Amino acid sequence: MPDSATHPVINSLELVGRSTVKLIEEAGYYFALLVESFFWILAGPFIKRPVRISSIFSQMMTMGIAACPIVFVLSFSIGVMLAIQMIYNLKTFGAESQVVVGVALSVTREFGPLITGILIAGRTGSSLAAKIGTMQVNQEIDALRVMGINPVRYLVAPALFAMMIMVPLLTFFSDLAGLLGGAVYTTIEIGLSFDAYMDRTLSALAVADVMQGIFKSLLFALIITLVGVSNGFSVTGGAEGVGKATTRSVVLSISYIVIADMIFTYFLNL
Amino acid sequence: MTNSSSAIEVTDLVTHYGPREILHGINLTINEGEIMIIMGGSGSGKSTLLRYLLGLGIPTSGSINLLGKDITKISNTEMHQLRQNMGVAFQGGALLSSMSIGENVQLPLREHTRLDEKTMEIMARMKLEVVNLGGFEKLMPAELSGGMIKRAAVARAIVMDPKLMFFDEPSAGLDPVVSAELDELILNLRDAMKMTIVVVTHELESAFKIADRITVLDQGNILMTDTVENIKNSDNERIQSLLNRRPSNDEVQADEYLNRLTGM
Repeated sequence: MPDSATHPVINSLELVGRSTVKLIEEAGYYFALLVESFFWILAGPFIKRPVRISSIFSQMMTMGIAACPIVFVLSFSIGVMLAIQMIYNLKTFGAESQVVVGVALSVTREFGPLITGILIAGRTGSSLAAKIGTMQVNQEIDALRVMGINPVRYLVAPALFAMMIMVPLLTFFSDLAGLLGGAVYTTIEIGLSFDAYMDRTLSALAVADVMQGIFKSLLFALIITLVGVSNGFSVTGGAEGVGKATTRSVVLSISYIVIADMIFTYFLNL
Repeated sequence: MTNSSSAIEVTDLVTHYGPREILHGINLTINEGEIMIIMGGSGSGKSTLLRYLLGLGIPTSGSINLLGKDITKISNTEMHQLRQNMGVAFQGGALLSSMSIGENVQLPLREHTRLDEKTMEIMARMKLEVVNLGGFEKLMPAELSGGMIKRAAVARAIVMDPKLMFFDEPSAGLDPVVSAELDELILNLRDAMKMTIVVVTHELESAFKIADRITVLDQGNILMTDTVENIKNSDNERIQSLLNRRPSNDEVQADEYLNRLTGM
């Protein structure tokens, strides 16, 4: 009989316990970063240590505007794919024209925010983790602290603010691109006119459908920023550590986004 | 009680890294206008001591008085004000890579003062002149050599005219000529700007040239704090092994043990 200290069940339980404690620790760290960032955004101007507006705008450009082309391409493709699949399925019932409703609701409530979230996690989340991780390795974070510059105010708050504005805007842009993709394919495939497609889309959609996606994208913006910066701050071990933190940040962000999406979709549709 | 002429006073400082105790009750006084060298081998705790002097860690116990304020007890606001009187030149420079040299030097002014752009530019240029980097303000850190990065880091550290200046391994990775220039710069900062300077290094030649006093650390304890002459003449075996760059008896015994194990 194996020793209790090395028993596989005990080992597995210990591993689960350690992972749970680490997960709770990380969640606490994300929450602390979030609270501190909001403190600097809201209270900074009153204590004469505001978050730099120039940095917010510069990050909005790199995180948001520069991501528009790739968001358009992916969202347009998703719109086309959805239309292909739905027309194929609806043909069974002779209801191909209902594809408009299916694409409109799927894109605005689900695929728009999800594809934008995943894309920004890979693009901006990894960049945040790598940038802050490199600064950590090069003692730039320590340099900021000894100069009396709070790293959360200087690095995290502008990124969080920029993401909270740009990710919902990009999601709206993604919705439009997805709907356009669906419209282009549907008009070619079943001969529905573009104007008729758009008319039906507008009548099928309620403001709440679009807002559901926008609300989720706001949550994704928080997840991507907090996971990216916290992984950056926890870098140890030089360039290899930066690489590991970047990979971990992308994997965690995408996992959290998909899980959060599932949970919120369930509760928002009760 | 803090001595009126002491700029830095460390009392019974104990620090841990995880469960391991790193500094075992350090007591150290550094006088105003003095250059204090902190020396020791790898793992002696000198970089850890510097981190705590800079307020980058919370010690397990003990106190650290900087300019009469115990940084283990003061509020964030008081620490923020105190930091305006502290300058640090990190080992690798730690310049922000996304900013030009001029912007790096201006950064503390931008954060702590309400000076207009033109004045900040002039002040940054003046400090760059002090470290012989006049005209380099538009370049990015990646475009400078190691020695120039260190000098630019000094310019950024002194831009607020701090009373306390800390150097972490200023000569590391530099050729002897550039290293000597940096030594001159440190002496000038003390003489011209009346700064109290703490230098963490293991470069003996540089240390002997600039030190008013030297503190030798070993395995988290202070072996000796004294003048250059007294340190050189110390009969402490570990200090002599450090000064003569030869392994101590403990290390020799460890090597012999390893050789026996591996049959060499």
